[in-house]
Amino acid sequence: MKQEYTITIFSENSIGLLNRITIIFTRRKINIESLTVSESAIQGVFKFIIVVDCEPDRIANLVKQIEKQIEVIRAFYLTSDEILHQEIAMYKIETKALLETSMIEGIIRRYNARILEMTHDYTIIEKTGHKAETQELFNQLKPHGVLQFVRSGRVAITRLRKELLSDYLEMLEGEHRLPVIA
Amino acid sequence: MGAQTKKIEHITGSDALLQSLIAEGASTIFGYPGGAIMPVYDKLLDYKGKLKHILTRHEQGAVHAAQGFARATGQVGVCIATSGPGATNLITGIADAYMDSTPLVCITGQVFSPLLGTDAFQETDVVGITSPVTKYNYQVTKADEIPAAIARAFYIARSGRPGPVVIDITKDAMIATLEYNYEPCNYIRSYVPEHKIKRDQIDKAALLINSAQKPLIVFGQGIILGNAEQEFLEFVNKSGIPVASTLLGLSAIPNNHPQYMGMVGMHGNAAPNIKTNECDVLIGIGMRFDDRVTGVVSKYAAQAKIVHLEIDKAEINKIIKSDAPVLGNVKESLPILTELIEEGKDYKAWIDSFQTCYDEEHKRVIKEDLQPAKGKIGMGEVINVLNSITKGDAIVVTDVGQHQMISSRYTDFKKTRSMVTSGGLGTMGFSLPAAMGAKFGRPDRQVISISGDGGFQMNLQELGTIAFNKLPVKIIILNNNYLGMVRQWQELFFDERYSNTPISSPDFVALAAAYKIDGELVTERETLKDALQRMWDSENTYLLEIKVAPKGNVFPMVPSGAAVDEILYGDERK
Ligand SMILES: Cc1ncc(C[n+]2csc(CCOP(=O)(O)OP(=O)(O)O)c2C)c(N)n1
Ligand SMILES: [Mg+2]
Repeated sequence: MKQEYTITIFSENSIGLLNRITIIFTRRKINIESLTVSESAIQGVFKFIIVVDCEPDRIANLVKQIEKQIEVIRAFYLTSDEILHQEIAMYKIETKALLETSMIEGIIRRYNARILEMTHDYTIIEKTGHKAETQELFNQLKPHGVLQFVRSGRVAITRLRKELLSDYLEMLEGEHRLPVIA
Repeated sequence: MGAQTKKIEHITGSDALLQSLIAEGASTIFGYPGGAIMPVYDKLLDYKGKLKHILTRHEQGAVHAAQGFARATGQVGVCIATSGPGATNLITGIADAYMDSTPLVCITGQVFSPLLGTDAFQETDVVGITSPVTKYNYQVTKADEIPAAIARAFYIARSGRPGPVVIDITKDAMIATLEYNYEPCNYIRSYVPEHKIKRDQIDKAALLINSAQKPLIVFGQGIILGNAEQEFLEFVNKSGIPVASTLLGLSAIPNNHPQYMGMVGMHGNAAPNIKTNECDVLIGIGMRFDDRVTGVVSKYAAQAKIVHLEIDKAEINKIIKSDAPVLGNVKESLPILTELIEEGKDYKAWIDSFQTCYDEEHKRVIKEDLQPAKGKIGMGEVINVLNSITKGDAIVVTDVGQHQMISSRYTDFKKTRSMVTSGGLGTMGFSLPAAMGAKFGRPDRQVISISGDGGFQMNLQELGTIAFNKLPVKIIILNNNYLGMVRQWQELFFDERYSNTPISSPDFVALAAAYKIDGELVTERETLKDALQRMWDSENTYLLEIKVAPKGNVFPMVPSGAAVDEILYGDERK
């Protein structure tokens, strides 16, 4: 049975790397559910967060193939209960619809969403949460007309104190003082 | 400013590239010019004494030559091509090198950087196209990146588990100037070529090995790539454990070693294949449990505990779950393991049981293969006679097909790096250019290319390169008038429906003559030995076309989907 995994990849910031990582998935016909890239708390180290549905006996080998890439520093995989994760969603609706009844306002309150921008024409609503939660809000708003909808990739953070990588990098730097560039 | 002040050297990107290659120890490079790489070719004229460029007749020839060079010498092979079609013609060789862990640096020219992404003439996304088949690749767009990019390329290609690296250089980067200063690379933060050996892993492996009654060693190319032949031999000698080779491990240990039991795999020897499924501890060393080795995985050594010595972390537990993995370079792990294992344990009964399997294989296959009673010359017979002449002293480079399996089954090896063959990718057309590269790398050794009639026609243009360079490689074509290996499968699994496997050939001897290469046709058993001897003794290039039985088959065989001990000997239906 497939299970959802969140893969965290720490890497150098290099141009071709995203391609090298994604082909590891496509070659094995594993669909990427979401992908987010950002700089990590360690300067110059980038962090990919990739969500996949994958068989438990394949995930370890998959992540080893990722870690094998020259510019990947380390890669880890965790199940959803081992991390805190969020996604952000934005919904565009007609302002007219919002003003006509109090229903939409009620939905926004109930779902702890907030209004980002409002014009004569349209209103943009934002909600942060798990995918199921942002999806539910979408379902609620849909009968009232949703003009646009977008959901971000997952961002996730471990319950550990520091980056998964920090100790490892410190060890590396200890072994191999990087040459100081004058 | 006095005349004595050291001038900072300003040179072009092309100069920097060639000087960097020389700094990395490259002596011979293989390539083919074209628009986007012309600035480099122009500068090649200025480095004639230091860097030999071999103009092949096709870029595929260049990359296979670089592979042959690397595999015969242990150095990084270098090839060079222009953008677009030049680069795409390298792909097969790059993919082959990736599968077989061959250290290569491939330089490709690229269009001017402002033209990138505009569908310019001969623009191909080389970094994109080679990503799945390279250990690393990088596009250089500025001249001053060149020395560091080359330093990284060589470091990555040869360290850890070796592999091919592509460096794609835009034409403007070749032309622009830079301050040249070469620093070799020996550290990349995100790259761990070799993991430090963990003592507890070795302890655990030693414990398993020492407790074994029926252990079996299966070794691969990792021994050769790690230059660990001596360390391996000491391990084998002290342990007394029987050993078997994978296709790519061949020649890492002389095959007259008393514990050597032959080759494993689809067309390997019966004994090590059968014993794989009887041993109690299987020790895989520098090998990756390829599916041609394991047969159906669920039935592979299921009864055995697995010890796996391997440099590539991603190979451990990839196919076969190991009970005692030892991550690291076998050159380092083997001596520690050798220390820990018991000396001279008595495996006599176990080793004798291999002999029984061998006798069976000999009776049913080998005897007839090596000395056919009648009929046309057999492929095995050719190798057998060849052994009597070479005494196991040649570098044998094969193509892909029946002749490849027969060559690997029967060739005698005395020295390491004596077998160069396309294993993981199985690339027809590999042999001739790879043999050429091997001979450039090892002019002191006899290099024999063995091809089938089909595969030879896939890169026969390299006869031109060989002739021009008066390269004394020896070329054997085992002509069965068939794409033999495919025909064999049609015979066994497709009701003898020989679709598109009979293949015609030119008169190969006449073809050689057109290149002013000596050649001879052998059709009769009686003339075989003398012809092979003339080939061996010749100081020149020599081509022997040998007509062999058209419908010979390679047995034993572990058919796909079968377990390694479910072996066909070929006489079942008789
Ligand atoms: C480039 C390439 N195309 C196709 C194949 C599939 N293939 C494997 S063996 C073989 C037949 C080889 O025939 P030949 O070179 O005559 O050697 P033989 O088997 O007859 O010794 C073919 C077509 C391959 N391995 N490589
Ligand atoms: Mg043939």
